[in-house]
Amino acid sequence: MSAGLIFACTGVLLFTMGVAGVVLIDHLVRRILAFNLMGSGVFLVLVGLAQRTDHLDPVPQAMVLTGIVVALAATALALALARRLFALTGKCTLPEVDDD
Amino acid sequence: MKRMAVVLSAAIFSFAMIAAMLELPTPVVNLSDVVAAQMAASGVHHPVTAVLLNFRGYDTLLEIAVLLLALFGVLAVAISGTKETVAAPSPADAVVQTLARIAAPLMVLAAVYLLWIGAHRAGGAFQAGAVLAAGAVLLHLAGLLPGWGPPGIRLRVGLVGGFLVFLAVAGAMLAQGALLQYPPWQAGYLILLIEACLGMSLGLILAGLFLFLS
Amino acid sequence: MTDPLAWLVLLPLLWACGAFLLGPGRGAWLAGTGVALQLFCALLVGGSLLEGGIRTHAIGGWGAPLGIDLAADGLAAIMLLLTQLVALPLMLYARTYFAAGDATAHYFWPLAGMLLGGLNALFLSTDLFNLYVTLEIVGLASVGLVVTGGDARQIAAGLRYLLATLVGSSMYLLGVALLYGVYGTVSIATLGPLIDSAAPRAVWLAAGLMLFGLMLKTALFPFHYWLPPAHGSAPAPVSALLSALVVKASFYLILRLWLGPFLPMSAAAAWLAALLGSVAILWGSWHAIHTERLKELVAYSTVAQLGYLFLVFPLLGPDEIALQAGTMQVVAHGLAKAAMFAATGVFIHLNGRDAVADVAGVAGRLPVTLFAFALAGMTLMGLPPSGGFLAKWLLIHAALRQGHWWLVVVIIAGSLLAAVYVFRVLRQAFLVVPDERRRHGAVPRMLEWTAFFLAAASVAVGLRGMEILRLLAIGRQVPA
Repeated sequence: MSAGLIFACTGVLLFTMGVAGVVLIDHLVRRILAFNLMGSGVFLVLVGLAQRTDHLDPVPQAMVLTGIVVALAATALALALARRLFALTGKCTLPEVDDD
Repeated sequence: MKRMAVVLSAAIFSFAMIAAMLELPTPVVNLSDVVAAQMAASGVHHPVTAVLLNFRGYDTLLEIAVLLLALFGVLAVAISGTKETVAAPSPADAVVQTLARIAAPLMVLAAVYLLWIGAHRAGGAFQAGAVLAAGAVLLHLAGLLPGWGPPGIRLRVGLVGGFLVFLAVAGAMLAQGALLQYPPWQAGYLILLIEACLGMSLGLILAGLFLFLS
Repeated sequence: MTDPLAWLVLLPLLWACGAFLLGPGRGAWLAGTGVALQLFCALLVGGSLLEGGIRTHAIGGWGAPLGIDLAADGLAAIMLLLTQLVALPLMLYARTYFAAGDATAHYFWPLAGMLLGGLNALFLSTDLFNLYVTLEIVGLASVGLVVTGGDARQIAAGLRYLLATLVGSSMYLLGVALLYGVYGTVSIATLGPLIDSAAPRAVWLAAGLMLFGLMLKTALFPFHYWLPPAHGSAPAPVSALLSALVVKASFYLILRLWLGPFLPMSAAAAWLAALLGSVAILWGSWHAIHTERLKELVAYSTVAQLGYLFLVFPLLGPDEIALQAGTMQVVAHGLAKAAMFAATGVFIHLNGRDAVADVAGVAGRLPVTLFAFALAGMTLMGLPPSGGFLAKWLLIHAALRQGHWWLVVVIIAGSLLAAVYVFRVLRQAFLVVPDERRRHGAVPRMLEWTAFFLAAASVAVGLRGMEILRLLAIGRQVPA
């Protein structure tokens, strides 16, 4: 099992923990952190799988750079919204959906 | 109950994924060879920069749009109604301020270096912009740079300027050939131009994501 | 020669920046001109498809799999035309809807521009990773539009939507990462021939992840929970854009992947999708019938109508009828839902409140708007000669051809339920005696007539439907 595969498997575990976190946790900032964990997991998988082969592959690295920036933008927006929600309601959790 | 279900399905999913990944064959398409073959025509010497700004430059274009978009969203939320302010750290802490004053010019220098070296080694506009923004945030946290209010015209030009330059170059190339098709002898200069403008804008955008909320 | 494909992406991004530079709340004229030019480009693309077949544009001149290609086949052209055609009246509507100096509209124009740019880029892209970036543009722009204005309900709805859309995109990206790991490329054209039913297990997992993530973004039951609050609490032009276009974008991607690279492995999930679609139709309609808020009624209707789209999957087969039905439903519902939200916006503008009961008596005051609402309702119910009728008729035809009777029952039940909630609103407007105390202000003509135009278009699309569907056939003979 090469180093690349170990990274990829770790990435999968991080991703799964992140998804579980977003779904199960109530506190908004922790949910956003869980989303970041998901993102990091995906990037690890992307780069890890590319490292299985011997040659250095620049395309996944460029894709991960792009992905990091996109995740950053999303996190910034989410945090701004969470902050505003806290300022307006005093709580850092989403209100219950009224009907289901 | 829901917790059990989620954790169980997460565990099953992880096992399935890891099992699937352990039995992967070698990939059919080998892009690293194709990249290496085309490096001469790309205008830079580092393969990741070449992919990021030339071969897959369209991805980079859209990614800057994402970042700019996040900034618009942050502005839309920060500026409606009264601004709540975070208690700024006490500005009387002389040690932090001195450190910030010493660090800030060095960070600018590091940013310019990162921008320039991107053509030859890991670096480029994003890294440079991130360092610039970190410098701005550092100055703010030390109490030397106030938070930003609604952006005036100069700040707005700075924020979208890099993206507009990128779009303009893309459009100009469209007139001669395909979108973002740099002629090989001009590619290096165009990439440097785009990276420089983007570096500045990215620094402002990333700093703005923090400072517009403060 | 300047290529309309590239301009369809560049133009909205350019005017979005221009609108931002002009300052908060300005940029309506720039938006209107930009979208008009985009509509012109989309018509050029459609026209050139009819003459010459699929158009491609290799960005940077490199060509896939090294570079990224833009491609327009019939399906993409129809989606592009729908986007521009819905966006143009909505831009005019929004200009009048957001009164001068209204703080909620400060960043509407740049955000709308980015949304349209992202949508156009999504419909044209043929690279899986590039599609991820476009999905994020569309997602973040939508969230920005939902929260602009900023009261607590909107922000909570926007955050819920943001978290759902981010989970969806991340799952999609994990799928892309797996595909790259297996095949070494993310270009759809290159992957197509490589994937067959003997693909490694990782490819199945990747397909599942990507489709699951996209279904989350399309609000398929049971992942619909974010849609009613988000579309129900946003300002009317925003809800119109979201319900008409944004949810269709992720559905378009599901269709593209289903018919393209993942065709050999698609049979497994098709019935599950149809089942979830059926539940969505029934559940969404039930809630639309019972809710007290007008915009939420229309939002639940979106959940129900999206269910029809998923009924298409088990029927996709040798003949093209199911695909035509799905496309027609996308187009007709897009136009009708935009009209319905626009009309709802007019009602709320008049009454100041978002309640079904407050629609009482508007028949006398706002005949044009009410007519627009009724025409849009025709599409939702599937009454001839509207586009919705054509879509549902094609769907029933396909279901009968393949012997799936229960799908026909679901479709007809859905139409009946849609009639219940549409008539609920119309009844309020016509039969209940108005309370004169609750009138405020006149309603600008522009709002009414743009709503009417969109509704009339949804009916017109039914009259000329077969010609539009002929466009769909382009690119279907060539294995995608």
